[in-house]
Amino acid sequence: MAIWVNESTRVVVQGLTGKEGQFHASKCREYGTKVVAGVTPGKGGLEVDGVPVFNTVAEARAATACNASLIFVPPPSAADAIMEAVDAGVELVVCITEGIPARDMIAVKRSLAGSRSRLIGPNCPGIISPGKAKLGIMPAHIHREGGIGVVSRSGTLTYEAVDQLTKQDLGQSTCVGIGGDPVNGTSFVDVLAAFRDDPGTKGVVMIGEIGGAAEEDAAALVAAGYGKPVVAFIAGQTAPPGRRMGHAGAIIAGGKDTAAEKMAVLEAAGIHVVATPAEIGATMARVLGRV
Amino acid sequence: MKVHEYQAKQILARYGVAVPRGEVIDNAAAAAAIAERLGGRVVIKAQVHAGGRGKAGGVKLASSPTEAVAVASRILGMRLVSKQTGSEGRLVQKVLVEEAVAIARELYLGVVLDRAAGLPVMMASRFGGMEIEEVAAEHPEAILKEWFDPSQGLRPYQARKLAFGLGLAGETLKQFLRLVEALARAYADTDASLAEINPLLVTGEGAVLALDAKMTFDDNALFRHSDIVAMRDLAEEDPYEVEASRHDLNYIKLDGSIGCMVNGAGLAMATMDIIKHHGGAPANFLDVGGGASQPRVESAFRILLSDPAVKAVMINIFGGIVRCDMIAAGVVTAARKLQVKVPIVVRLQGTNVEEGKRILAESGLTLLPADTMAEAAQKAVAAAQAA
Repeated sequence: MAIWVNESTRVVVQGLTGKEGQFHASKCREYGTKVVAGVTPGKGGLEVDGVPVFNTVAEARAATACNASLIFVPPPSAADAIMEAVDAGVELVVCITEGIPARDMIAVKRSLAGSRSRLIGPNCPGIISPGKAKLGIMPAHIHREGGIGVVSRSGTLTYEAVDQLTKQDLGQSTCVGIGGDPVNGTSFVDVLAAFRDDPGTKGVVMIGEIGGAAEEDAAALVAAGYGKPVVAFIAGQTAPPGRRMGHAGAIIAGGKDTAAEKMAVLEAAGIHVVATPAEIGATMARVLGRV
Repeated sequence: MKVHEYQAKQILARYGVAVPRGEVIDNAAAAAAIAERLGGRVVIKAQVHAGGRGKAGGVKLASSPTEAVAVASRILGMRLVSKQTGSEGRLVQKVLVEEAVAIARELYLGVVLDRAAGLPVMMASRFGGMEIEEVAAEHPEAILKEWFDPSQGLRPYQARKLAFGLGLAGETLKQFLRLVEALARAYADTDASLAEINPLLVTGEGAVLALDAKMTFDDNALFRHSDIVAMRDLAEEDPYEVEASRHDLNYIKLDGSIGCMVNGAGLAMATMDIIKHHGGAPANFLDVGGGASQPRVESAFRILLSDPAVKAVMINIFGGIVRCDMIAAGVVTAARKLQVKVPIVVRLQGTNVEEGKRILAESGLTLLPADTMAEAAQKAVAAAQAA
């Protein structure tokens, strides 16, 4: 089992004709993902590696019944691309783009409200259900099919965690990168709730970082009764306050959004918080009674 | 991106926020003529990107043009040390000379992005002059909040809720309503991430004025604000960070001895954390990007090594789409070219890791390999302590 993406997911790639879009779309296809369409305004009628390109997402949806979009559009027009996918009724929208202005994401949030779409990202590696489908830029080969759900605000730190899990012989149900921006589509709470309701997910790894209160919200959900073990790491224990640590959203702004504060809240909720990223895989193995 | 107080006031004034009359200068002699024009009594304010200027002696009253020159010459060139500057302080290179205004009442007004709501929030409080975090801790009920859609601005009824909530009336109320809507518009139009007026002043005549102002801007939106980019003051930034930003690297200077080079922001923070966990201190945050191409690795090395505090370097790369062998080749080329003297611990993981390790081993360079993050951190801490 898995959440949100699987063998039957039909993907349109917005920005397919760009260098990144083309490269990653081909990697997703190699993994077995059904990439059925591309969208680049003005390039409708072309084909990229055999995939038909359309001028608009609405046309792509009408012609191919795509139900997910993967977006590689540069920051100035990425928010518009997301809203176009939402307008076309695409159920799952995954935006990889880093550097979208917060004001544009506020507009995106408004367009999502009341729509049938879920947005993952932006500024994220995407989503993968190992053995089924990959919509993103993560290295596929480190993943293995299994029962651990992974949710993270980071990219390469997630790969680190997945690699440790796989080496512990713990495969993954689905790995979701929710992204490092202050205003994003899908939250920790959304993903944790989906993992809770997924019978194929036996345990969850959550990787948070300084800034905001999304981890605290997740802690409240777990504290209310989760039924599956959750292992968490919070990056940025040594980050100075007031500085943006790479991710637009990774900034200690108020005093309650420090790593120490978040770790304490997560621990109080019954989550297994690890002090260093090196312990993620081994801790999950231990709490599942594997060692 | 941060700007100075005088720049924030220039921006806000364009939107109709009332600010005291004043001019910015970098030589004290010019203060006399300005003070003359402003009626004699002026306030001289140090312009640095840090709060706590008043307590640090960077804000002083002068009651005549002659005194204005004397005060300006004392503040210009001082190293202002406040809670926010660190012990080395900030060199004051500009002062704002402003008319002195009679204060009847001080209020707080500010806009920030509320991440949970996904909307900006306008906050007002009767505790002007206090930091909003302090008010939130001590008098949370005294902070009035109104969320708004930046494409719509703050609605008139929202401005009225704030105004009546603060107990304003008459002419003051009228001026406040205009000012609060102007502040919301300025915040939205300029893609600000913070716009704060603290204190917002009510004068003896009932007029409303922004006595102090602070704005920061969303870095992701600077591409559409060349006028704001032109306000960037490189003298206020760490020289290593300025150099790194020229190479498109995410670098933040810290005060430890282990230089870090990592791909990805989350992994970079986690690397700093694990160094600390094993008893060391990171000299920096550095994200060379998911791609970690060879020219970027080389620029990153150069910046890391120009910091004399760096006694050892820890490279932590998780090769995803980018292959470890390519990264290893980049590290070897850069280390040779720059004749690196400090010990370098390299931890590679991911795609083509075996080939990457072979390249490092056969390079002839004294690189310390490590398989895991924990091992790399331990080796880097030991190397830095031995140096």
